[in-house]
Amino acid sequence: MKSAEVKKRVVITGLGVVAPNGVGLPAFTNAIKKGVSGITYHQNLKDKGFSCCIGGVPTILEEKKLEYLTPLQLRGFNSTSILYGCMAGIDAWKDAGFSVKEHSELDYDSGIIFGTGTSGIEKLREAIYKIDDQNVRRLGSTSVVQTMASGISAYLGGILGLGNQVTTNSSACTTGTEALLLGFERIKNGKAKRMLVGSSSDSSLYTWGGFDAMRVMSYKHNKTPEKGSRPMSASASGFVPGSGAGALVLESLESALERNATIYAEVLGGNINSGGQRNGGTLTAPNSEAVQKCIAEALLDSGVSSLEIDVINGHLTATSKDSLEIENWTKALQRSGTNFPYINSLKSMVGHCLAASGAIECVASVVQIKEQFVFPNINCDDVHPEVSALISKDKIPTQMIDKNITILAKASFGFGDVNGCILFKKYSD
Amino acid sequence: MGVYSLKNIQINMTKEDIISKLTTIVKPYVQNEEGFKNLNENTDFINDLEINSANLVDIILDVEDEFNIEIDNDSMEKMLSVKATVEVIQTKMNA
Repeated sequence: MKSAEVKKRVVITGLGVVAPNGVGLPAFTNAIKKGVSGITYHQNLKDKGFSCCIGGVPTILEEKKLEYLTPLQLRGFNSTSILYGCMAGIDAWKDAGFSVKEHSELDYDSGIIFGTGTSGIEKLREAIYKIDDQNVRRLGSTSVVQTMASGISAYLGGILGLGNQVTTNSSACTTGTEALLLGFERIKNGKAKRMLVGSSSDSSLYTWGGFDAMRVMSYKHNKTPEKGSRPMSASASGFVPGSGAGALVLESLESALERNATIYAEVLGGNINSGGQRNGGTLTAPNSEAVQKCIAEALLDSGVSSLEIDVINGHLTATSKDSLEIENWTKALQRSGTNFPYINSLKSMVGHCLAASGAIECVASVVQIKEQFVFPNINCDDVHPEVSALISKDKIPTQMIDKNITILAKASFGFGDVNGCILFKKYSD
Repeated sequence: MGVYSLKNIQINMTKEDIISKLTTIVKPYVQNEEGFKNLNENTDFINDLEINSANLVDIILDVEDEFNIEIDNDSMEKMLSVKATVEVIQTKMNA
């Protein structure tokens, strides 16, 4: 396929999700409408001396795994990030109307960009123990493929038989949002017809431990796990770790129409940038100027005015940075008070799914457009005074509301001072 | 005493016994069911059973566990067929 002179329109034709409050799109959609928390207490965190002993872990029965992976693939398998990614990715691909067959014809028009932070950290631990025990030969063939960063895209690539670009991106908590924009650009530029995009993150205390040590996770709700994740709340005390995967099938509009596929929404455009760890930005804190520029340029790229935004799905982790994020949105959009769009944070229900957060939240964003509702912010009855000084409390719904949504803005921000912002639009020809 | 009796059992194992155990070991890795049905001494793991070459090391680890032996690198390289594998197992068990 040659790069097209005319840029292609890109739509979303498939969704898949493995989240702490719902595995599979129907369960997840139902959960976010009702404001169901997926946060639970984990004794293993307590046993290892964690300050924060609560987290979001998707519930997956053993027999469910066999619907996605073969008994051979499950031999010596110990990577939840790959499991979640395969489940979400396969679900999304089927949801888009494609079949999954072992000996399907290779599809050179479809590719994968599926991100993660670290892959198979529990498998990596197994390998390290064996090597330290002078037993490197006992690693067998399963160690490399489960611990290489690109393990998730490699597994999916083989299961689906896709022949376009197949790769893994990694940009901390921006990963999923970045994956979507990378896939979007590839289709827009005529390099692929379809891209399966998404991200995943392990359910593991080894992934979460470093954050506990940084004192950025909440330790005040070990007895009330469902109340623990409190974005924009006055009583927010840090994020609650989560895990899972989200996946979306992006497709050129012409290919989707040709196939008569269900169209969930259109990706209008977006922007990815970095604050360069300058002007207040550090490896772990955002440069506000760059955040605002990212949002403003995403609007420019999409050709929409800030006044057209109906809903924002924020990054909003429940740390002290929430009010700064709100301030950045108000400045970038030049909207505040009662003139501000509705805003919500999925993290109130599933915690911060780290590398998976962007993709799971993009799925939640697109479902809201498709079904025309705004999901509730749970645990936000006490809006932080710094937040309510900037935007009206009415714009932070605590119950689901039905709403005609045309344009939704989704942003993610990550360690490394990296930012991503996407504009989704309700599909109309 | 446990080790002594275990060794006796191993020494008394016939070629047929070894092939039977080996059949169970390779089963999860097989991608050609027809080849598996006809498994015999001359069966080649890659050509007849279409086992992914990366999985050969997993089969060797499973063989080590099942027969309580350790297989060196040179012997490993030979283990591409049922016949060669049985020979390696017999040699190691009698060592």
